Amino acid sequence: MTETFVAKTDSLKDGERMIVAVGDREIGVFRHRGKFYAYSNTCLHSGGPACEGLIIAKVFEQILPDKTSAGLFFSDDDTHFVCPWHGYEYNIETGACAGDPKQKLRSFPLVVKDAGIYVVT
Amino acid sequence: MDLISDRGNRVAVEELNTSRLLKNARKQADKLRLDDMLVVDVDSHHYEFEHLDEVLPFFENEVFKQLVLAGRSKGRGSLLPSQTSFQDMGGRITRYPMRSSEKTDKGGKHRDIQLGSRWMDALSVDYACLFPTQMLHVGLTTMPEVENNLCWAYNRWLTEKILPGSDGRFYSMLCLPFSDPDESLRQVEKFGDRKGVGGFCITAIRTLPVHHNSYMKVYRAIEERGLSLSFHSGTNSGEPIFKSLNRFATVHALGFPWYAMLHMSNWVTNGIGERFPKMPVIWIEAGLAWIPFLMQRLDHEYMLRTSEYPGLKKLPSDYMRDMFYSSQPMEVTDMIQLESTFRMINAETQLMYASDYPHWDFDVPGKIYDLPFLSEKARHSILGGNAARMFKLAPRNEKQRANLQRFGNLAA
Repeated sequence: MTETFVAKTDSLKDGERMIVAVGDREIGVFRHRGKFYAYSNTCLHSGGPACEGLIIAKVFEQILPDKTSAGLFFSDDDTHFVCPWHGYEYNIETGACAGDPKQKLRSFPLVVKDAGIYVVT
Repeated sequence: MDLISDRGNRVAVEELNTSRLLKNARKQADKLRLDDMLVVDVDSHHYEFEHLDEVLPFFENEVFKQLVLAGRSKGRGSLLPSQTSFQDMGGRITRYPMRSSEKTDKGGKHRDIQLGSRWMDALSVDYACLFPTQMLHVGLTTMPEVENNLCWAYNRWLTEKILPGSDGRFYSMLCLPFSDPDESLRQVEKFGDRKGVGGFCITAIRTLPVHHNSYMKVYRAIEERGLSLSFHSGTNSGEPIFKSLNRFATVHALGFPWYAMLHMSNWVTNGIGERFPKMPVIWIEAGLAWIPFLMQRLDHEYMLRTSEYPGLKKLPSDYMRDMFYSSQPMEVTDMIQLESTFRMINAETQLMYASDYPHWDFDVPGKIYDLPFLSEKARHSILGGNAARMFKLAPRNEKQRANLQRFGNLAA
């Protein structure tokens, strides 16, 4: 078990992300709604830098009780990060792929101590 | 740089540098030792309208040159019909919104060559066939003079200003002004012998009958020169049958194979392959899943209604197997089906790797390399050997030479 320093906690603001190198591996560390999340920066689809693209709310379609569509909306609850190569989307809180939640990016534990964030590998 | 996210929020992303964006592709290439194999990409792109100032001087007709120049300078004009298109998925494909910000050496080679070298080196692509982007829709113009002038100007600019600066790594199949068969022939005669010209391309987003007698002289001129003909497919949200499609994804999913199937059906049914047996024909960017469907469909009709296929001496699927296919975007969700498709098209000799870079659904070479059912020979041939034979491309190092020789693909 190795702890690798990522950043000072106050230098990674909510809604931001950092990429850290741990050996020959890259890990994306996100701060989202006060919590930290860490995932492999290698997309499950084609190996792109999964953590380096746009961070954006999940899009959902609201279906009304009469089964008609009320249109497309951004979710207030779910946020995705998007691989910039082809657009594979991942849930920022779980690492699950939006198109097939059975597929998940490898996640890594994080430790917050002494005003710093550390990723555990 | 900031990108626009949901509800107007902005997300900071690192400045675009193609080499950095594709660093994982370079790692894959190193792991697979792709530099030891000749890798040829038969379908890559650049954004030619970003250099319209360079292309415009090559317009032959002063009236159309003035129309374009005056219109665009005031932001009024549109050279080609516009499309509803969200290729970049709202900025999710970051290289689209950030493209213009990427830095290149202003005193160096043409910007497109510099950017091309970056992605080619990252993917371990040795040679790439360069196609335009916006001009893939040139067939939608209702003004044949615009198509003629634009193809002429682009073909001159490309062969005189762009390809010569690529040290031979870029070649092209030049766009034909297909609405005008006589002009198409003139451009084959003018440009067909130029360095870096591997053939000509029918931009397939159009519904003209490719079997019409007026085109035979064009095909003959291409065949006589030992060149290839390609059909480069695309999307068209304005196509009447697609007007109910309410997502770009479905326009994209159906559009590419639709135009390929349309032209392939006419090509095969009318026996054009019998008439020009020495002209290689390549079907580009329609994926692969449509091919087994059409093979079976046309064979079925042919066996029942043979009198409507008097020019054919074998099954339609046999003619389709004589032709060539680019691999991208390769549908991979059912590996058994994909393996069957490879068998049906004789992929070992007929399939050629394509990236489609920098477009949004590009494929890395590893997508071919990692297929579990490929033989070593098929892997080498599809990734580069088949294209090396067709376009007479030389190896770039001794290991590539040995591999090309080993699998019978050394042609230059």
